[in-house]
Amino acid sequence: MTTATTSRVRTRPPASAEPAPRRRRKLRRETLYQWGFLLPAAVYLALFFGYPVVKNLVMSFQDYGTATFYTGEAPWVGFENYAKVLRSSIFSTALTNTALFTAGSIAGQFVIGLALAVFFRKRFPLSGVLRSLLLLPWLLPLIASGAVWKWILDKDSGALNQFLVALHVVPTGVPWLTSTSLALVAVVGVNIWVGIPFNVTILYGGLQDIPDELYEAAALDGATGWRAFRHVTWPMLRPVVSVVLVLGVVYTLKVLDIILALTGGGPANSSQTIATESYALSFAEFRFGEGSALGNILVLISLVFAVVYLRASRRGVED
Amino acid sequence: MNLTKTGIHNSALGILFLAIMLFPVYWMVNASLQPNGTTIEATWFPLKPDFSGYGTALAQQGRNLGTSLVVAIGSVVFSLAIAAPAAYALSHFKVRGTNIVLFGILISQMIPGIVVANALYTAYNDLGLLNSIGGLILADSSHGIPFAILIIRAFMSSMPTSIIEAARVDGAGHPRVFWSIVLPVSRNALITAGLFTFLFAWSDFLFALTLTTTDAVRPVTLGLYQYIGSYVTDWSAVMATAVLASLPAVVLLLVAQKFVAAGTATGAVK
Repeated sequence: MTTATTSRVRTRPPASAEPAPRRRRKLRRETLYQWGFLLPAAVYLALFFGYPVVKNLVMSFQDYGTATFYTGEAPWVGFENYAKVLRSSIFSTALTNTALFTAGSIAGQFVIGLALAVFFRKRFPLSGVLRSLLLLPWLLPLIASGAVWKWILDKDSGALNQFLVALHVVPTGVPWLTSTSLALVAVVGVNIWVGIPFNVTILYGGLQDIPDELYEAAALDGATGWRAFRHVTWPMLRPVVSVVLVLGVVYTLKVLDIILALTGGGPANSSQTIATESYALSFAEFRFGEGSALGNILVLISLVFAVVYLRASRRGVED
Repeated sequence: MNLTKTGIHNSALGILFLAIMLFPVYWMVNASLQPNGTTIEATWFPLKPDFSGYGTALAQQGRNLGTSLVVAIGSVVFSLAIAAPAAYALSHFKVRGTNIVLFGILISQMIPGIVVANALYTAYNDLGLLNSIGGLILADSSHGIPFAILIIRAFMSSMPTSIIEAARVDGAGHPRVFWSIVLPVSRNALITAGLFTFLFAWSDFLFALTLTTTDAVRPVTLGLYQYIGSYVTDWSAVMATAVLASLPAVVLLLVAQKFVAAGTATGAVK
């Protein structure tokens, strides 16, 4: 940003020799040009992010359903969509599931991700290659991962059950995806697997920025191993941890692909989250008004979380 | 590099971690090479690889793979055309609106895809963009454009202003400077952004699911979803499709390692 000011100062001398009106016209043309570079992106963001947010807000106050697509009419209904959605028995289930899904996924991804990042910081033969191959689960299309996990977790022929039965951990196949008490656990497990590479990458980057001298000084004071982690690594890593957690929560709240691929929200809504329920309302039942209302509630949760967390962590840093 | 006993010990441990993490990928490949239909009795190693799963997959999903390819390439071209000029403006101009655009990019990351899909479905329905390649390219670019702007901007910010000024003093206009100096210098950032944009559009599932209603235009992710949505009788074809759908990611990781590293380092912390 500061470079831009110097460029303006340097280009000014030849221009100042010209008469004032022409200079002003030139400046205005300059501004127009600069805007021209930014404009396509601004328009795109407005159309594909701004418009949907506004449109969702509007739709959430309308009776926007199958009939609307034929007649073009969507009568105003005030807060009725919100009332319906909030009163529905699925809402509390979906809200609880969203909280459990997010908390479970983040906890698992973060703890395993941090452990692996600390491990890879040791720099041993092949560490670089292994670390880059670890990115693969993150780069695969979620639906492809979902498909293979669906088979691994299959009750009768899945690899996981074959393995567990062979080791005599369980007597018969566990119905990972078809039991109401296990579906959410299974979905969280797969989502942890998906999220580990992201956590390792960012946390590893953060660890690399901690100067070695700090560890040397700590070692002189007798702090090595776990104590070095507690008194050097963790405090130094705090800002990066905040970023990972906030992004992790914001991304996890809106997860849809993995759940749709594995369980479709079932059985009996046991793995239904607010995101999947919003999808179901709009695209399975064509009740777009209610789907939008639920979508907006999800945006609100996401916003509230980000604001509260950033406030809290700023206060934490100031202390 | 320490080739001591602990070093080797750590390597072994690292390989074990990786083996666990990559097991699903191995399993996908293994299953895809099992004979048709009998995969319920899958063996742990594809000792007698059978490619009939791929035959079925290509016969049933070949067209969808083509659709995905066209959509992904279209999205790369469109995203870079939008993102590169914006990244240049954000890194080297001081115009009003810069902060608004940057703020917009950050906020865009918080908007759930389902909210975007809800609104786009109704808009696309009115505009006749449902079931169209163009509609999917536009929608899928929403995964790539914010990322591309950030990653190209990060690179361009480190580009010395002096080379731009030199050209300006020589009388080159903004478009010319951008085209013949800024873009060639930013080649690596453009490649990184392009690769990831490709991957995002190729992997897109939500827009494929919501913005297509017939099988006229059907990306492979949706084809795969419909495979596993019904009762699966032929896992080898499903897994072969999953392998084919995963190929771009694997190729990218193996061939363009340098760019992936650049992308994950700058892009991950958006």
